[in-house]
Amino acid sequence: MRLGLVVDLDKCVGCSACAIACKQWNTSGTSGSLTDYRPYGADPSGVFFNRIRHYETGNYPDSKTVHFPMSCMHCEEAACVTVCPTGASYKREEDGIVLVDPEKCMGCNYCAWACPYGARELDREEGVMKKCTLCVDRIYDENLPKEERKPACVMTCPTTARYFGDFDDPNSEVSIVSRKRDGQELFPELGYKPVNQYLSPRKKVEIKQHEISEPNLVRKVKDWVNKVVEL
Amino acid sequence: MAEKQDKISFKKNAFIDNANKMPEFENHQQQTQKNTTCYMCACRCGIKVTLENNKIRYIQGEPTHPVNKGVLCAKGNAGIMKQISPARLRQPMMRKPGSERGTSEFVPISWDEALDMLTERLQKIRETDPKKLAFFTGRDQMQALTGLWAQQFGTINWAAHGGFCSVNMAAAGLYTTGFSFWEFGDPDWERTKYFMLWGVAEDHASNPMKMGINKLKERGGKFVAINPVRTGYQAVADEWVPIKPGTDAMLALSLIHVLLKNELFDWEFLVRYTNAHYLVVNTPRTKGDGLFYRNSNGTPQSWDLEKECLVNATDPKIKPALLGEYKAPDGTQLKTAFTIMTERYMSDEYTPENASKICGVPADQIKKIALELAHVAFKESIEIETEWTDWTGRKHDKFIGRPVSMHAMRGISAHSNGFQACRAIHFLQVLLGSVDSPGGHLAKPPYPRHVAPPIKPGKNVVPGKPLESWPLGFPTEPEDLAIDDEGNPLRIDKAYSWEAPIANHGLMHMAITNAVAGDPYEIDTMIFFMANMAWNSTMNTTKMRENLCAKNEDGEYKIPFLVVCDAFDSETVGYADLVIPDTTYLERYDTISILDRPISEPHAVCDSIRAPILEPDRDVRPWQSVLVELAGRLKFPEFTSDNGERKFKDYKDFIINYEKVPGVGFLAGWRGENGENSLKGKPNPKQWDKYIENKCFFEYKLADNHKYFRGANKDYLEFAKKSGFNSSSDPIIIELYSEKLQKFKLAGMGLYDGPQPKKERDQFRLSRFFDPIPEYYIPLEHRCTFSQAFPFYAITQRPMFMYHSWDSQNAWLRQLQAHNYMHMNKAKGEELGIKDLSWVWVESNTGKIKVQVKLMEGCQSDTIWTWNAIGKQKGKWGLSEDANESTKGFLMNHLINEHLPCADTGSPVTNSDPITGQAAWYDLKVNIYPAADDEQFGVYPNFEASTKLPGRPETKDILRYNTKKPVRLSRSLIDILTKGGFEK
Repeated sequence: MRLGLVVDLDKCVGCSACAIACKQWNTSGTSGSLTDYRPYGADPSGVFFNRIRHYETGNYPDSKTVHFPMSCMHCEEAACVTVCPTGASYKREEDGIVLVDPEKCMGCNYCAWACPYGARELDREEGVMKKCTLCVDRIYDENLPKEERKPACVMTCPTTARYFGDFDDPNSEVSIVSRKRDGQELFPELGYKPVNQYLSPRKKVEIKQHEISEPNLVRKVKDWVNKVVEL
Repeated sequence: MAEKQDKISFKKNAFIDNANKMPEFENHQQQTQKNTTCYMCACRCGIKVTLENNKIRYIQGEPTHPVNKGVLCAKGNAGIMKQISPARLRQPMMRKPGSERGTSEFVPISWDEALDMLTERLQKIRETDPKKLAFFTGRDQMQALTGLWAQQFGTINWAAHGGFCSVNMAAAGLYTTGFSFWEFGDPDWERTKYFMLWGVAEDHASNPMKMGINKLKERGGKFVAINPVRTGYQAVADEWVPIKPGTDAMLALSLIHVLLKNELFDWEFLVRYTNAHYLVVNTPRTKGDGLFYRNSNGTPQSWDLEKECLVNATDPKIKPALLGEYKAPDGTQLKTAFTIMTERYMSDEYTPENASKICGVPADQIKKIALELAHVAFKESIEIETEWTDWTGRKHDKFIGRPVSMHAMRGISAHSNGFQACRAIHFLQVLLGSVDSPGGHLAKPPYPRHVAPPIKPGKNVVPGKPLESWPLGFPTEPEDLAIDDEGNPLRIDKAYSWEAPIANHGLMHMAITNAVAGDPYEIDTMIFFMANMAWNSTMNTTKMRENLCAKNEDGEYKIPFLVVCDAFDSETVGYADLVIPDTTYLERYDTISILDRPISEPHAVCDSIRAPILEPDRDVRPWQSVLVELAGRLKFPEFTSDNGERKFKDYKDFIINYEKVPGVGFLAGWRGENGENSLKGKPNPKQWDKYIENKCFFEYKLADNHKYFRGANKDYLEFAKKSGFNSSSDPIIIELYSEKLQKFKLAGMGLYDGPQPKKERDQFRLSRFFDPIPEYYIPLEHRCTFSQAFPFYAITQRPMFMYHSWDSQNAWLRQLQAHNYMHMNKAKGEELGIKDLSWVWVESNTGKIKVQVKLMEGCQSDTIWTWNAIGKQKGKWGLSEDANESTKGFLMNHLINEHLPCADTGSPVTNSDPITGQAAWYDLKVNIYPAADDEQFGVYPNFEASTKLPGRPETKDILRYNTKKPVRLSRSLIDILTKGGFEK
């Protein structure tokens, strides 16, 4: 299996629901707590597995705003795993999820430097590196209703801009939408083979204009002829 | 959601194998799940809350809930952090004896003391002059109760926050189509093909809007966003129209111009469902001009094309002329309403070329959008095969839909021309025939209601007695105004006076100013519930904070007693004489009632409740329980039995047993003694239990033949009457032409047989702005602001992840944004020598602020904007004094005056829509220039740090929230040894 996410940039409105759903699930989950620093003070920060970046392309008035959620891409050639000196970072053979074993992690930050996607988050309180687990503690939990066995970010997304599934299965939803919409990897040139795919903003929808004939243009109200319509 | 999940398939065996190998991460045995309704904003989504060790493990969207269908936004997902917020109030408090108001110095008191103090004070007011109590509520979701309470108390001075929120949106709809946007109606997301979003940044409605955009996009429909700023929803729009703020009416009417010029409108729809064919008296500058021509029974008349004579406009089977000028038998000159419309909108004033100069939208783009709308409405119309009967008895075998839909909110309504702008948008919908038609803009029950809803504002204040009617209502003629014989306002906020005649939601933003000025009179006690009137919910914040502390010469406060009820330590709490601490939304019972702001869906009548998830760990009580308690103590008639005993034990008992009229109560579900009735029925003692069993909501799905054209749908109209939504099953006729407005206009012109304003200013405002058909006019502040001195429009928008001032106390949400910037167009900034992230001064007629600027592309070049209410007073909301919210965050409010700058006639006039009193927040004009080199840090103005409230816990620098010790997943040593790093 090759589990991962598809993120539809055509639908993402940048609401951060996914980022906060992730935070709330995971702070009491297998990676918890996700520490917050100065939660009520200056420059608050904390451990988040999923962050939304906001960009603009083009110039006013033809500019376009793009909201770009980023979390671990669960790369097939994961640099974070390669560089880990303790074996704490690993990619699961069973499903391809990249994880960190907190018992073995010494918080050296090598993986964070190696990751080009900024997906690694050091929990300074624990001295342990943390990251998106694709909610490994949800997706296999048979005590959850079947429709809830998916990552918190996918469950909550109000625009359905996030999909989860197995890219090895050509009939999975992620494979289908990715094929249909020409899913893209982020920074393919780096060669890490990220599993997560992004769907580009669609081309503008073009709608036909109602045909008009200039000579019939109504110049004055008096030109009109009443139509008989029964109330 | 379920549908989507079904499509996901895994290689099943591999998946099960993996599951077997996993540790048990969650101990479900020690977890419980409860449903309730979210209150992180006004969307009111259903939530399922998982508890573990008496803490919240997880809050998720309830998949079966009609509003959110399982999804949840950032705010809803951050409920845990609201629940543990250090800003939560902990006990009743009174201002420390000897301390000054506004210093946040309090001493804790018991509930008995607090309630006795309040009861004694209120009792005296009620027995002497009930209007001396002004009771204003903020973003409350129980106006049905607070309004009833005020009415029973007998005060005229009650309103909720609608007047400073979006009353223009609500009023324009209710005076035109009988419903409006958001809580009143939604696009037909299942079918619409062309969606125009007007003036909605990122908020109302939250999840339904996002879910709808998804559906539209899946269908390949087009999304056009009209907004000066390209963030949030606009980001994913197919076409962004960066309009100049306050000019939307011009754009809508110019679209109408193009449609009319090309004869592209739904002729049948206009004849059958609107008053466009009614005959209007055409006798300029005389009494009666512009009113409908009526027969001796008072019935409006139309011209029948076949009979060639006047007929009753409301009779079935007539064949009325939509256009033309006619003469009545008595010689009166008449014109159809539609003729008046076409004459105006086809004039050169509304050509795309002229509109372009005003809106900043290219003329070609206006033409293109108009013709696209027409194409979708008329060439891509849809049909739903269902038999239905219209009000005349005519049978139809299908509903014909015009799949064009629109949604509008505060960007349109928070201007002083917003009422007419909202009406213009409705006009556009009506011309296209897309009102309550498949694919169009659908009403949500109990809407549509008759135009306007038949409730008049109360005005007779009698000591010891309830007000004769609800304090708020829908005036339809000058006789309905709340004014005295001299024409002076009866209400403290001057709602329903000549200054704001159709102020359906009151003018909360004027209450403090007027009370302090004693204009129209002095009050005794002011109660604010959940309204941050000393900060972001007020105009002219600095002055308003001074006002709250203003004293008479004798040293008494001008507002003698100020009661603040809130769950959190807002800036306003600091000004209270008495603080009533509310619970959080997860700690109480609540009703989201059809009598209030309903949560219905277009094709389902819905309401919901909140049920407590957690016991409060503080000495706090839900405000609704306190209100019921006070109502009992004060012996309000509706709350007192014939024997003088209290009628209701508590809030829950009140909700079960109170009936507005027999069979109709706050909750519509599981009525009847055994819960066997829906919508109407006897009280059910087990009603709360039934709601809790059913995930805290009630949903009554409409029959297929009830779903569309409900204003003219016989079976629906009868259903609506039977269900208590409407008092009659008469058709709900869309009032394109508003005779109601014309009556006010005539009063302003001195041509009305009835009350007329005496002040020249009021005469001008009525005769100028009360147009029976919408027009574009320059917003009032712009008319009296020297545009070269203040060349920029300045607006405030709401981010998706924060609800007004509420969420800076939220440790997770404030990490998304702890302070706001002033955003402006990049090229424009560079032209003015303003650098990205530099500090600038922004100046208006009223004041100036120093703020940090951020340049961006997606901003209309004459507009600057910021996020609402992220800036905070030092030390408030549980934040430390060095929190970014107070060192860098700011409010635009300091620049906005509650009065118009050009009040040249002695008495100041409100900075609001002259028709509805809607606060004109977005009319602001400003100048912006770089701050000096030595001013390059720190926001201005600054306020004293607030004293810490008694009992507030110390906050720590590290927060590690969880509900249990985590179950870790380990990597085996074998795995490391065999694979090392990533080497297969």
